[in-house]
Formats: sequence, C-alpha cells, structure tokens
Amino acid sequence: MEEFAALIRELDSTNKTTVKVAALTRYFQRVPNKDKVWAIAILSHRRPPRPVNTTLLRTFAAELANIPLWLFEESYHIVGDLAETIALVIPPAEESSEKSLTQYLEEIIDLKAATEADKKEYLHENWAALNYYERFVFTKLITGSFRIGVSQKLMTRALSKATDIDEDVLAYKLMGDWDPQKITFQKLILEENEEDFLSKPYPFYLAYAIEGEPGDLGDPADWSAEHKWDGIRSQVVIRNREIFVWSRGEELVTDKYPEFSAFLEVIPDGTVIDGEILPFPDGDIGTFNDLQTRIGRKTVSKALLNKTPVILKAYDVLEWEGKDIRTLPFLERRKILEKLHATIATEDLPFHLSETITFSNWKEATAERERAREVKSEGLMLKRWDSPYLVGRKKGDWWKWKVEPLTVDAVLTYAMRGHGRRSNLFTDYTFALWQDDELVTFAKAYSGLTDAEFRQVDAWIKKNTLERFGPVRFVKQELVFEIAFEGIAESSRHKSGVATRFPRILRWRKDKKIEEANTIEELKQLIPK
Amino acid sequence: MPLKKEKKPLLCFDDKGIYCEPAGVYLDPWKPVDKAIITHGHADHSRWGHKQYITHHTNVPIIKHRLGEIEVSGKEYGETFTINNVKFSLFPAGHIIGSSQVRVEHKGEVWVFSGDYKTEDDGISVPFEPVKCHAFITECTFGLPAFKWLPQVQVMNDINSWWQQNQSEGKNSILFGYSLGKAQRLLKFLDTSIGSIFTHGAIENMTEVVRPFADLPETTRITRETKKEEIKGGVVLAPPSAHGSTWIRKMVPFETGMASGWMAFRGARRRRAVDGGFVLSDHSDWQGLLSSIKATGCERVICTHGYSEIFSRFLNENGYDARTAETQYEGELAEMNPKSEDKDEDN
Repeated sequence: MEEFAALIRELDSTNKTTVKVAALTRYFQRVPNKDKVWAIAILSHRRPPRPVNTTLLRTFAAELANIPLWLFEESYHIVGDLAETIALVIPPAEESSEKSLTQYLEEIIDLKAATEADKKEYLHENWAALNYYERFVFTKLITGSFRIGVSQKLMTRALSKATDIDEDVLAYKLMGDWDPQKITFQKLILEENEEDFLSKPYPFYLAYAIEGEPGDLGDPADWSAEHKWDGIRSQVVIRNREIFVWSRGEELVTDKYPEFSAFLEVIPDGTVIDGEILPFPDGDIGTFNDLQTRIGRKTVSKALLNKTPVILKAYDVLEWEGKDIRTLPFLERRKILEKLHATIATEDLPFHLSETITFSNWKEATAERERAREVKSEGLMLKRWDSPYLVGRKKGDWWKWKVEPLTVDAVLTYAMRGHGRRSNLFTDYTFALWQDDELVTFAKAYSGLTDAEFRQVDAWIKKNTLERFGPVRFVKQELVFEIAFEGIAESSRHKSGVATRFPRILRWRKDKKIEEANTIEELKQLIPK
Repeated sequence: MPLKKEKKPLLCFDDKGIYCEPAGVYLDPWKPVDKAIITHGHADHSRWGHKQYITHHTNVPIIKHRLGEIEVSGKEYGETFTINNVKFSLFPAGHIIGSSQVRVEHKGEVWVFSGDYKTEDDGISVPFEPVKCHAFITECTFGLPAFKWLPQVQVMNDINSWWQQNQSEGKNSILFGYSLGKAQRLLKFLDTSIGSIFTHGAIENMTEVVRPFADLPETTRITRETKKEEIKGGVVLAPPSAHGSTWIRKMVPFETGMASGWMAFRGARRRRAVDGGFVLSDHSDWQGLLSSIKATGCERVICTHGYSEIFSRFLNENGYDARTAETQYEGELAEMNPKSEDKDEDN
C-alpha cells in the first residue's frame, strides 16, 4: 500500500504527462505481479463493489474524528471529495501500514459481507493506522471512482514501457470483463490466450471534433459522410454462438438489450460490429431522453421493451469470419457491412445500417448537416474511405462535425460547490427561464467558463447569497448566461416540461439584464416537430 | 470571564470597519476614517486613505512601503495608550512580522480583535500570545476540521528536499508565496547550502523593508539583466500572481511549488496547476483556533472572515455565545485569487 499511495502522491504532484508515465512505469517495474494486476484494475475503473455505503462511511469517520456529523458534512461540501475529507479530518497516524495493495483489496472485498459493527471496527482500525495519503487512497478504494488525472491510455503507455509489449496489444488485452481477483499478471498481460479473447471487444476508435472548415479536408471524393447518432456507442461481438454487447465505457451491457439476441440467429460467428444503440419507439428513432429509461435498468420489463425498444445503427465491422479486419480500408469494411445488412435485414430485426450520404461537394454535405435535428442526429461523421480502424482518439482520418448547438439566455438562480479541481469553488449552477413573472428552472450546467470567470462568479456568489439549503445557495437573480445544448425534448419529469441534452455555459452575458433572458415558451419552440 | 449585559457592544461592525464608539476609533477599517488602529500590513487590513494610523512599530515601515507617506504612530507590544478614556494595547498575533491583536478596555470590559493570527512560532514574527478578554473577535480563514497543519520544520524539510531534487534533475525551483510574510518565512528557512535564492521584484522590495527586523539569508533580485546561467539550480521566490506570466520563462526548465494553507486540498493544488503544493499557512488551523479561543477565557466570540458560519455554529454547540460578522477581510483567499496585494508592487 505504501508504494501505491506514494505513486498516487507522485501522480498528484505533477501536471506533466511524461512525469506521470515515468512514475507509473517505475511502479509497474517495482511491485509484485499481484499488485500490478490490482493497480491496472483500479486505474481502468474495475474497482470492487462498494462494501460500505457512504452514509455509514461519513458516520464512522465523524465518530473517529470526534466531530458532529453536520460538521463532517459541511467539511465534505467544501473539500469536494469524500475520501479526501475523511483523510483530512481524522488525526494523523503514528506509523504506516505494512499491508500490500492486494491484501487491502481482498479485505475490502470481504468487508461487503461483514456486519455493520465489524465494518466500523475494520475502518476505524485501518484509518487510524494509515498516514494521510495512504488513508486517502484506502478510502478511495472503498468509495470507488478513482479519478486522479490518469487516463487508461496513460496507464497503458506506462505498462507498455514496463513490459515492452505494444500499446495497442495491451489496450486489447485490457478490454472486457476480467476479474482482478482471479486473473494473474502472467495471464492478463504476458500470455497469449485465445480463449480469453472470446468475449473481447476491440478498443474503440474515437473521432476528434473538426477544426476549421470541412473544405480543408480536401477532395470530398476521399471522404464518407454519415449522420452522427446520439445513442450509446457499442460493439456487438458474436463468437462461438454467444453474443456480447459492449458499451464504450467497456461495460458489458448484453443483458440490458435483449432485443439483440435475435442477431445470433442471422449473424455468423466471428463477427464484431461497431455501431450505436438507439431508442426506437413507435417505429422511429427517439430522443436520448427515451434511451435514458433503458440505460439504468439491469433487467428490462416487457412493458418497457414494448414502449422503448432499441435498435443497433451499424456503421462498421471490425471482425469478419473470425479475422481482425481493422487494417482493411473503411471502404472495404463498409462493403462487408452493407452486404451483411442486405442479406439479413428484415422489418423486425433491430439491425439498421447507418446510411452513408452521397455528396459531390462540401456544400452538399453542409446542407445535409443542417438536417441533423430533423433526423435526430447530432451532425455528421466524416471518415476517410481508405482509413483503417485505429485505437483510441486519433486525429486525421475520422472527424465529428456537429451542428451548432441551440442556445438561450438564462438567469443564474442556485449554485453549489464543484468537485475535483473545482472543489471549494461555486461552479455548479442552476439556470432558469421566465414563465409569466416567475423564473423556472430549466437546466444545470457545470462547464463552459474559464477558470478566471469561475473565480469571478464564485466571488459574486459568496457575496450575493440570499439563502442556504445545505450545500446549495440561492443567489440574487442578477447574472445572465448564454446556455448551449445539443438537443431538446419534451419531458414530464422536468418542472419546465423540457429536457435539454448536454447543457453547458457558452458565455457570460454581462451585457444582459435578467428581464432580457428567454422564456420557457421560447425554449419550447426549439423542440423539433 | 462572564460578560456584563450591556446596551451597546464596545466594538461593533459598520460599513467602514470595526468601530469603537466611545473612543471614536476604527480597527482595520476598509473605508477611509479619521483614526485607524491597524493589526498588520496585508492590503485587506491596512487600507489607503485614513487620516491617522496607529500600529506596532515594526509594521510602520511596512505600511509606509505599501501606502506611501502617511501619518502613523508606532507602539510596543503591551504598551497601553488611551483614547477618550478607552484603553488600547497591542499583543503579538504571530501572523507575520509586525502583526498584532488589539486589546480594547472600557469600563471594566475587555474586547480583543485578533486580526489574522497563527499559533505556531514561525521563528520570524513574535509568537502569538492569548489575551484574556470578555469578547473575542476572531478570524476563521481555516475554521474547518479538515485543516491540520504539520509542524513548520517538517514542511520546510519537504520544501528543501523538493528544491534539492529539482536541482539534481537540472531544474530551477519556483516557489510561490505572497510577498509580505510568507516569502520571508520561506526565505528564513530555505537551506542555503543547496544553492542560491533569487527573488521577484515585489518580494525583494518587501524583504528589504523587513530585513532590519529579521535575520534573513542573502537574496538576488531577478532583473532583465539576470542571466539564465546564474539562476541554474537555484530557488526563485515569487508572488502567486507571477504564476503563468511571461516573467517566469527566464527560469525554464523549472518546477513550480506553492506554499499556502489551501494546498491542503487536492482540488486547490490542481487548480493552481503547481507541481508541488506545500501546506504552510500564516493562519491558525482548526485546533489552533479552538485552543486560542479557549485560552482567552472569553464568553462571546464574533467570527469574521473564513468559514465563519460553520465555525460559529460549532462554537455555539460548545457553550460559547458565538455569532458571525461581515467584514471585507480576505484572509488567505487573497493569495488564491491574487488581486491588489502583489500587483501594485509588480512594476
């Protein structure tokens, strides 16, 4: 544990990628194999299930720190991170623990089944025996969401340096559903093992947003265009008479979309399709809001299946006849996909092709992009016809070309403190629009201002708080911001009657008075008919 | 000490500052007044425009440096001076060089205004001394149990090892700390056996003012003429406002570090985008605040800048008559959102 905590401390104390990779590489070269597996698991978000809920964690920590619970809660709102708050309020330890990272994780896994009293005893004992950083890391292992500014990509790069195995090969090995408790480093990283690969998806190829004009991309004949669908990016893997559905977050979501089991009857083994899961109520593509009703469910009721079925909008094929074809040009892969689609498509099969758009010049492509909201897409995807399917986010061959966002001017009404690097700053805002003479909440937004602007707004909020509700501050209605969002749909779950997709702050309209903010009525007019 | 139920408090808060009506004197006022008693030299406590300033004599050259030619009289710690039958005296606050608490006594009632203070002896300012009183006006910049300072010697060891490590990697070290107080505290305990210490102009100017009162190591001001090779392996003390400015380009290759109480938070460290965050504050931590209040024996506490709501609620639950008061003091916030303090000295 000492070494892992030291690693996290080192990663924490630099902003430079090269330094982070070097620290991780040294760690991978130094620690026992079992710890390596766990470190990889944690840094790729495969934490053990949370053994103690956060309410208990807070109570236990406040007790050990000998402070009232409300004071712990207030401190947590200000610090912005539960594990960090716990590490800070508990008095420092005298010595550091000798247990390894693996030992701690095994104990944490076992802790889930323990009684509440045993949980408390275990946590009190270990919190008191760990120094600040170890305690922070230990608690992070329990609370999960280990965000420390190290992407999986960085971790993979370091692992590659430590093992001399190619980065892309490692990315593939680390995909999918492996259990850090059972797997060895030998098996996970060092060995070639066909069987393990049965369910594995390929690392997703991700596009950057286009810079400048599409005209800069050159000859339109070199480019394919299709709509950019607003659902869940996923890979459907069919091998050995089994189907696996993976989301981009490398989560296995097969059970959430039972519709797709129909693919097994028509798609041959050794096929991997890349596409988008889209809601398809009433025989047409729905909104992301419709899809929300499916995302959170582990098991899906018949009623929900009928109300909001899903389809796979397929746009690429990565494996065909058991062969990895990612290096074939996109044009060739597309031919295979289209042929497959033509062979198997029926009205009932939830397998749709993401059609390519014919265009002979960029003006035509631009015109098609303007139709995006009509067809429920976010814009266009431009892919070079001769491009291979790469690993991760790479520039050059694939571009996303989104439509301009919708915008309204709204009034800041409530604020909360942010998390992570924004902890202790008021950066999470609620915005409202006019309805008759009232300001009605319509969206929350957390991003879009520069650090300097956030500091200014933060200072303003601290001076203009009218009321406090726990961590939430109701502020004087004075500031107007232009809010951008990607999509909009009617919603009975929102007070405004409208749900917006990915709202964020576009700019601070210092020139506007609150009377000039938009109305809910004007917002509703933006809903596509 | 029990407090008499009186009609009007001896010290009250108005739109200009903390006012002592029977004496006609303000303490650390934020708007121009006739007569002001000043606790210390930071910009949010010693403002421009008062007709007459009274402060500790060590602070006289400091505020003159910041405010120019003003009418100011210097006092010793413990020296009593009477204004309209109200007795005033200054006691060490341990915050920075020349910092004081103000004791106010009238008709048998004693109030103390803490200004900013810290309980640890920093080896450069006269250590904090609790003063018995009925009512205590306290800052609570770091009034949360999440703040627990490590001993200065340990933090300085960390800073010196960081410097040494950077030097061994062929890099310069830039250490940010505000120019009055923190900079000299760092300077005093930097290990000169490692290398040379360089300063930003704002810090060098202030250090020159403070040198007569503190035994400080030699420093070299960085000017346009300073050669890159001279700085190699050294440590550069700079105000936080220099971070991200073109000024620091001369120091390439470098690592940055910041010394502040806020560095206790990972979020704050990441926000400042410094490589090393060192938790070193000139304010009291949670325990320091609580023990100081206890030592005053006071019954009433008025909490000013910082986490005043939370802190006063906790005090109320623990038997004090505590409340908050709005002021325009910024405490250590000033160094996280650098404004006036360093800028007027940058040029």
